[in-house]
Amino acid sequence: MSEELDLTKLPTEEIVLQIKDDLYDGLAAEVVAAVKELLRRGLTPYEVLTGSLVAGMDVVGADFRDGILFVPEVLMAAKSMKAGMEILRPLLVETGAPQIGTLVIGTVKGDIHDIGKNLVAMMMEGAGFKVVNLGINVDAEKFIGAVKEHKPTLFGMSALLTTTMPYMGVVIKALKEAGLRDDLIVLVGGAPLNAAFAEEIEADAYCRDAAIAVETAKKLVALKRGV
Amino acid sequence: MTTWSELLAQPGVILADGAMGTMLMANGLEFGNSPELWNVDEPRRVGAVHAAYVEAGARILLTNTFGGNRFRLQLHNLQERAAELNRAAARLAREAAGGNALVAGDIGPSGGILAPLGELEPEAAVAGFAEQAAALVEGGVDVIWLETMSSLEEMRAALDGVRRASADIPIITTMTFDTRGRTMMGVTPERAAQTLSGWGAVAVGGNCGNGPDEILEVVAKMRATAPGTTLVAKANAGVPHLHAGRPVYGAGPDDMARYATAAAEAGARVIGACCGSTPDHLRAMRDALAAKGLL
Repeated sequence: MSEELDLTKLPTEEIVLQIKDDLYDGLAAEVVAAVKELLRRGLTPYEVLTGSLVAGMDVVGADFRDGILFVPEVLMAAKSMKAGMEILRPLLVETGAPQIGTLVIGTVKGDIHDIGKNLVAMMMEGAGFKVVNLGINVDAEKFIGAVKEHKPTLFGMSALLTTTMPYMGVVIKALKEAGLRDDLIVLVGGAPLNAAFAEEIEADAYCRDAAIAVETAKKLVALKRGV
Repeated sequence: MTTWSELLAQPGVILADGAMGTMLMANGLEFGNSPELWNVDEPRRVGAVHAAYVEAGARILLTNTFGGNRFRLQLHNLQERAAELNRAAARLAREAAGGNALVAGDIGPSGGILAPLGELEPEAAVAGFAEQAAALVEGGVDVIWLETMSSLEEMRAALDGVRRASADIPIITTMTFDTRGRTMMGVTPERAAQTLSGWGAVAVGGNCGNGPDEILEVVAKMRATAPGTTLVAKANAGVPHLHAGRPVYGAGPDDMARYATAAAEAGARVIGACCGSTPDHLRAMRDALAAKGLL
């Protein structure tokens, strides 16, 4: 689109639709402008986050899950989401908005693959979660330290190798021994995993891809909060 | 047999080798360690894998350098040894090949995503691939094989890097179509075949992924869209499942033998195997192809 869109002349509900489109198309500057306009009109930061950004990323996630979008489009959308979040984050803290939850995530010890794990991290940020990304080759001690420090609701582990996936079980055992396991929703993912493996190591769920990880996280967090 | 064009001028399927990493792990490589380090620390074990594949009928050997670019070596703090490890790998394969097989310098992905989408600057990527390619050429490889790529941008950077190291070495390119028939980055087999042959690759195809069936479809699609292109199939021996803590790949030698003839019938000219395969798989593939008069 070459024509400049004058946001100030649009009704609020159309701006919300516009944000969702711009997120889908990965247009960060447009997302930022629309977020500012909605705030100017008196929407709360929390309303902008959930009603526009998270709702927009839901569409991106669904189309990624269904094979309509691929990694490049999702990365661009996530970057745009992040640009919008940078404006909202300080305001969310200021206004005492409810926390959606925190995720601590990492690729396990011995494994150096991180594209899939980073995608999950970005999609989870897109869903409004605070994400603590520990990177690659993370051992049980580092995972436990991060859980103690950040007190997350969600705990994610990734592995791309059949040789490294058993270490996930080691981490879960260590979490149990530290008395931390029961407070966490543990999600695991990576190419060689499956649901049976997740069950065997007593994780809460196996997530086939980043979109499924977000869906599962939301569902399990809601269940947990409902209890 | 000394050059790619001589190999290509012979009739029939050209058998490439099978998995290297799988074999090294079976021979004591510990998980998480760099297989490339063994080119210097355990050269005899690497050479023995090459020799076993030659004995099983491979006419193209891939060097033990899949993770040999500086971006991946960095994860083991070995980036300053990139040239040494790649040169050593090329010599090992050269030695095992004798006059019986061509040596392909194996270049895998950086592990990053190129800017602006990701963090890796294209120029840095080109320079990294050029460094690896130069060492492989110096070590005596006959061709370069760019494999397991998922992004055409990265493939472009790798091709540019190779050309910086050598103006004329033949380049084989294979991508991994493991996401709903496309690569992780959304590239279709059709687009890969057209783009990569347009960029001057001497052969194009698929490697790794979710096993034989997936690659057969890739070959068929590439054939339909680029009938004149030399096509490559290098499938995994199925998908790994854990049994009692150890990975077991789904496809045995018989399955891979059926895959080899099916790939040939679908139009693949270069056929090999990837993760989970062994010289036993390759031997079964050779025998099946020979029995059908396809070799």
